Amino acid sequence: MAVSPVLPKLVGERVKRREDPRLIQGRATYVDDIALVGMQYIAFKRSDVAHARIRSVDTRAAEAMDGVEAVFTGAQVAEFLAPMPIGTPFPSPEHRAVAVDTVRFSGEPVAVVVARDRFVARDAVDAIVVSYDPLPAVVDVELAMTGKPTVIHPAFPNNLAVPLVPAGTGVSADGKVDDSAIDEAFARADLVISQRMVNQRLAPTAMEPRGVVAHYEPGKGTMTIWSSTQNPHILRTFIAALTGLGENQVRAIAPEVGGGFGAKINIYGEEYVAAAVSKRLGIPVKWTEDRSEAFVATTHGRDILGYVDLAAKRDGTVVGLKLRLIADIGAYNMLLTAAIPTLTTMMANATYNIPAIRATVTEVFTNKTPTDAYRGAGRPEATYFVERAMDMLARELKMDPAELRRKNFIQPSQFPFATQTGAVYDSGDYEKALDRALKNAQWDRLKAERDKARAEGRLVGLGLSMYVEVCGLGPSAALPTGGWEHSQVTIERDGRISATTGASPHGQGNETTFAQMLADQFGVPFEHITILHGDTGVVKQGIGTFGSRSQAVGGTALHMAGSKVKAKMAKFAAALLEAHEDDVVFENGTISVKGSPASGKPFASVAAYAYRPVPLPEGLEPGLSDEAFFEPSNNTYPFGCHISMVEIDRKTGEPTLLKLVAVDDAGNLINPLIVEGQIHGGLAQGIGQAMIEEVVYNEDGQLVTGSFMDYAIPRAIDFPRFELDATVTPTPVNPLGAKGVGEAGTLGATPSVVSATVDALSGFGVKHIDMMLRPEKLWRIIQGGQS
Amino acid sequence: MSQVSMTVNGKVRKATVDPRVLLVYFLRDQLRLTGTHIGCDTSQCGACTVMIDGRSAKSCTIFAVQADGSEITTIEGLAANGQLHPLQQGFWEEHGLQCGFCTPGMIMAAVTLLKDNPSPSEREIREGITGNFCRCTGYQHIVNAIQHAATKR
Repeated sequence: MAVSPVLPKLVGERVKRREDPRLIQGRATYVDDIALVGMQYIAFKRSDVAHARIRSVDTRAAEAMDGVEAVFTGAQVAEFLAPMPIGTPFPSPEHRAVAVDTVRFSGEPVAVVVARDRFVARDAVDAIVVSYDPLPAVVDVELAMTGKPTVIHPAFPNNLAVPLVPAGTGVSADGKVDDSAIDEAFARADLVISQRMVNQRLAPTAMEPRGVVAHYEPGKGTMTIWSSTQNPHILRTFIAALTGLGENQVRAIAPEVGGGFGAKINIYGEEYVAAAVSKRLGIPVKWTEDRSEAFVATTHGRDILGYVDLAAKRDGTVVGLKLRLIADIGAYNMLLTAAIPTLTTMMANATYNIPAIRATVTEVFTNKTPTDAYRGAGRPEATYFVERAMDMLARELKMDPAELRRKNFIQPSQFPFATQTGAVYDSGDYEKALDRALKNAQWDRLKAERDKARAEGRLVGLGLSMYVEVCGLGPSAALPTGGWEHSQVTIERDGRISATTGASPHGQGNETTFAQMLADQFGVPFEHITILHGDTGVVKQGIGTFGSRSQAVGGTALHMAGSKVKAKMAKFAAALLEAHEDDVVFENGTISVKGSPASGKPFASVAAYAYRPVPLPEGLEPGLSDEAFFEPSNNTYPFGCHISMVEIDRKTGEPTLLKLVAVDDAGNLINPLIVEGQIHGGLAQGIGQAMIEEVVYNEDGQLVTGSFMDYAIPRAIDFPRFELDATVTPTPVNPLGAKGVGEAGTLGATPSVVSATVDALSGFGVKHIDMMLRPEKLWRIIQGGQS
Repeated sequence: MSQVSMTVNGKVRKATVDPRVLLVYFLRDQLRLTGTHIGCDTSQCGACTVMIDGRSAKSCTIFAVQADGSEITTIEGLAANGQLHPLQQGFWEEHGLQCGFCTPGMIMAAVTLLKDNPSPSEREIREGITGNFCRCTGYQHIVNAIQHAATKR
């Protein structure tokens, strides 16, 4: 037989993406690209006030319009749609997809229109007249905690959604709190850094707004729902529950999805309404979110106020940390809302040996859009509070910020490391990442450059941040959906491979990375592999894509399913080759006896034999398809170091990011090109938070930053060329050694940029500046004001 | 309703259109050319960028009736003779996209950028795509992609 070409090993290579040809030619199908016969369009009448009783909703003019199929008020929707469920164990007020008697944030739906096309639907929305009895708007979170100016949900006194969750040293599993260790730590400290810090509210802003198409087929009693979601299987579960169908009767599809960043984890009211209305009317319906609608209707992120106290000895040894957090969660609990700030307390231990930590979080209702996961989800906040405090400590002690960190690192020999806040860090070498970043940035030279620039009268500063994050979510105990992932690998009759994954990529490139893995595992060409995802009709089970879990959890499930199929295929091959199954090797498109490649059978012939097994080897069933669920034993904890250099224009206060050096350790990498892209994107969002992004409400609870005219997301011109590098500390939690990388960039960049800005303005006596770094704010500091 | 006739990706298209319909909705809903995307409603994001009479333009900024008689190229019409346009190739080679939603508009904006300035500096590229937002990539690989196309033309 002909000698097979040698196939390159692909894992670890910069393989260009197989997703791209359809995306660069306009041939991909996003939700709004879907058109079904007989489909009608949904639009929502939304509240234009933050807090009010609904006196009346007059839909007569809308109903009379040509092309309007139906109009439903909140009260009418409530007749066929139950309140929205949440995914956390915290108590929650009733939340209707369409408000019934009270609106609690500007943008909350009050009525639904179904019409011939999107324009008629919008016209009809405009024809609905709602009259309100205004209530005081609860906007200031610290005022809200005192029950002022009013209470939003009567069952939640003082607007406390979650009164207080303690974590850290001396907190037992049943919530009992012993403060002796933390008190003692602070008593023996030489100094304490105390600072109130704002981790401001952000809009996630995937470039594709949300959208949904729901198609209930009365003849079959089945529902197909296409949604711009990160997790179609979770969508299926919730849609089935709220439409009274079984999960076997609902097919949820995430077609091409234009970014998510955490905000498309939620199952939103619009999805429930579309499904319920389609079922009620027996027609397919579509809803597409406008951008200005997205700013009020899609969950926001962050918005945690932190009171930070960091206790240390004069030599820089950190002895204690207190973190009192207040999360402004908006008007309602969404799917994971209440859980996100608990990730901040969980990660308060950062990369340091801190003998005593007390972290508490209180979650507060306000008349704003609800918050939920946004890239990083709780961990950027933890990193920001701790790293800014470390920077302030270094400044106070006149220590190099790198050396202060070095002095306090958890050491490689301490892993697995049980933190004071309940996490068990899997693996780490923080000093290695720090040293690599310092070397790449040429830290000492940068400091000399900064000093030279200052001598010339320029305002230049350096900032450094370490980070550690929790990725690879589950395990199942940590997630109400379960924390596993699923995959099925099928060797088709012709030797091609189809594999499903419950991960639901929307930019992460898993069609490529997972094919790389299977190509190596089976020794077959990359082109012979198809990765299927995002359709519960095809992918039997899954959880989805969030918490940087696709590779670490989904990739492992794929690897496990592949291993099962490979073991069976080895048995068929062994029968053909008259060898022992342990002696067969898969490489270069053939399966052969170890040491004699010429003996090999083409991979496709073995596959064909498995589907027409004559004779059938003893103990085998025909076919080559198997599945695996991977339940991780723990999370993974990637880490890194980000260094930035910022210059402030003395005349205008405008900051410019001159340099950003990042060293990220995500364990083993499948495709470094894709990893770089993930880190770049995270850095952009992290820098965006530091410098230009901020959701602003006025005192009436009106969203001031309600469009791209007012909410700044970064443009290409806002960034220097990022300088990336990686250290590799594999995780023992999964056989791939991969930790996950989707969120990393949002952790370190933010505090490093703020610290660089504080450094640049340190000559003006400033110790901390709250984000975002608006030029006016910096200009005032330069003009002699303090922050 | 108004009659319009325009050449889209080399084909003459005649249609009846509501005068209030923006060009982007006409392309997407009536011609079913859904490669052109809508990412905002204030003409900031650039996801809807197409070529109108040889120049990049945001197709949400004009009504379909205003494009009567024009020659339009959308992302679907950029590849010629089965060959990817150098910009499409560049975006693929350099991992210039992740979710892909901004990509058609980004590519269509870069066509005019390179037409006007065949060898742009990095700074000129970053300025040239300021009217196009990307939330996934941090832009660095997009810059690389456009540089790739500039050197390969």
